[in-house]
Amino acid sequence: MKNEWPLWEIFIRGQHGMSHRHVGSLHAPDAEMAIKNARDVYTRRNEGVSIWVVEANHIAASSPSDKGPLYEPSESKVYRHPTFFDIPEEVGAM
Amino acid sequence: MYAQMVQSEATQDDPEKLAAFQARIDAGEKIEPKDWMPEGYRKTLIRQIGQHAHSEIVGQLPEGNWITRAPTLERKAILLAKVQDEAGHGLYLYCAAETMGVSRDELTEMLLDGRMKYSSIFNYPTLNWADIGAVGWLVDGAAIMNQVPLQRTSFGPYSRAMIRICKEESFHARQGFDAIRKMAEGTSAQKKMAQDAVNRLWFPALMMFGPSDKDSVHSAQSMAWKIKINTNDELRQKFVDQTVPQIEFLGLDLPDPTIKWNEERGHYDYSDPDWSEFFEVIKGNGPCNVDRLAARNKAWDDGAWVRDGLLAHSRKKAARQHAAE
Amino acid sequence: MTREDAFFQFLLRMGDNTLILGHRVSEWCGHAPVLEEDIALANTALDLIGQTQMWLGLAGEVQGEGRTADDLAFLRDAWDFRNVLLCEVPNGDFGRTLMRQFLFDAWHSIQLGRLMKSSDERVAAIAEKASKEVAYHLERSADTVVGLGDGTEESHRRMQEALDYLWPYVGEMFQSDDVDAEMVKAGIAPDPASLREEYDVLVSRILGDATLIIPDSSFAHKGGRTGAMHTEHLGHLLTQMQWLQRVYPGAKW
Repeated sequence: MKNEWPLWEIFIRGQHGMSHRHVGSLHAPDAEMAIKNARDVYTRRNEGVSIWVVEANHIAASSPSDKGPLYEPSESKVYRHPTFFDIPEEVGAM
Repeated sequence: MYAQMVQSEATQDDPEKLAAFQARIDAGEKIEPKDWMPEGYRKTLIRQIGQHAHSEIVGQLPEGNWITRAPTLERKAILLAKVQDEAGHGLYLYCAAETMGVSRDELTEMLLDGRMKYSSIFNYPTLNWADIGAVGWLVDGAAIMNQVPLQRTSFGPYSRAMIRICKEESFHARQGFDAIRKMAEGTSAQKKMAQDAVNRLWFPALMMFGPSDKDSVHSAQSMAWKIKINTNDELRQKFVDQTVPQIEFLGLDLPDPTIKWNEERGHYDYSDPDWSEFFEVIKGNGPCNVDRLAARNKAWDDGAWVRDGLLAHSRKKAARQHAAE
Repeated sequence: MTREDAFFQFLLRMGDNTLILGHRVSEWCGHAPVLEEDIALANTALDLIGQTQMWLGLAGEVQGEGRTADDLAFLRDAWDFRNVLLCEVPNGDFGRTLMRQFLFDAWHSIQLGRLMKSSDERVAAIAEKASKEVAYHLERSADTVVGLGDGTEESHRRMQEALDYLWPYVGEMFQSDDVDAEMVKAGIAPDPASLREEYDVLVSRILGDATLIIPDSSFAHKGGRTGAMHTEHLGHLLTQMQWLQRVYPGAKW
């Protein structure tokens, strides 16, 4: 078991101009091989133009129990969304 | 299905937490790996996803059996791409299981020493080229029945893996039907192969859904947790209803003489497979159980030096880089 | 030999290499050491099968007897095959398979680079498409050869054994004959011997990184690319590959 290849999280940019998106994971002995494996595993159907790999245990994640404090405060700041403001039609596109 | 007869684990958790958990599932929320979950939910899912993953990997063998004998370059490429997809599906599913704290190597070892199962269907042989068509059309067709609803399963990583798999899976059923259709419309020898394949694989395909689950309490728990979406009988009926007209379209004889449209039910009547045979296969006495496990064990054992070698090189390389800095 | 005959022979050589090697690599499907490698090997095999369809398709066109790529792949006997022997030797262990792949990829990538400048546009177009695929094959097989050569004691030993076994099959890729002379004259393909220097530089560098020692012998088995003498292994491979087409002649699949 001690010799299991580490797990990598794979992020792929599907089209030029888009963000990288998490598509899944795989095992590889190192980052270079992880990129190659990602190319073989996750772009078999022309899905990508750029690949990022991150070793899974290097990802720091927020804890689910922090969900309230982390995200709920932003729910009350509705003025951050453009739809908050009524703009008269005569003004035109904005 | 690919995960057959997965027993739900009993759960002995704090009733308040359990109720809150069930409420989240009932509200259609996805459970993510770091969320609190009942121990039984976790264990059942590891078993179910693991079995599903193993089925994909062992499932490479009966079809891989024909890659070197595919009759045209195009068929060879299609079959190879298809069996490669199975490996990919196994990989996605192992990764989904790994989010729950079990490693792929641990799961693999449980498959190899018989502690974990894979679908009964892959213990049947592929004996003629039409089997390749029939496996894609009937076996993958049956699997899709189960996999499409599982895209809505409550566990996030499992659901995402199923979404990816389903996207790729419709290619499988279509290439299978296309291959067997060519044969059903071909020479008399080809037609004979097609009929032979349907006759041999029909009942094993029906077995994939598992025995009737009307009296199973485990099934009820899994359905409440939304890791099982439909009953075995529902899916089996749906499969029969969908497939019988396709067999007729091909001009092949129905593999079960009792198949008959039932106006009242609005479904086809059909015969149950021989469940005693099913239980023998599950116990290890199918036509190919021993060979399949031996092939997986050999690949794993023969590959150990490769996995170790590449890892050792990566470590050396990292150490050299570190020393240079 | 007419130019058409020579061109046909040349195309068979290209197409049979990819056909036979693709077949060998496809034998791994479902049996590789780890899932990621299983998937990667299948991609390589798929590329090679696709290239076969192009090379043998063009061969049939040049021959002008109405034969398709499938006819050429499935209905010729061993003595009509023109692949180098390197492609037909059995897989052996994963190390030998990857060493064979690397030794072939290195030649293949240089050859395709030259063919992109072929005077025949159809050849140049196939080479252009194939060269992108092969550049990746080479990157991957070279990395794996280095990783396993410079891995554990066991992996190092196995890779050295693989190299020792395969090295005598390398020389054939660079042997020239009348067919090649005709192709050079027509500007269709390079003289095989002219690729050797670039090959040696590339292969020495990678095998050096892999801490492996190139055998000190220039002996080369031959007979594959001329069809004069294949190994015993090719017949067995064809027996499987051609079986359905042979038993059920004329059937459509």
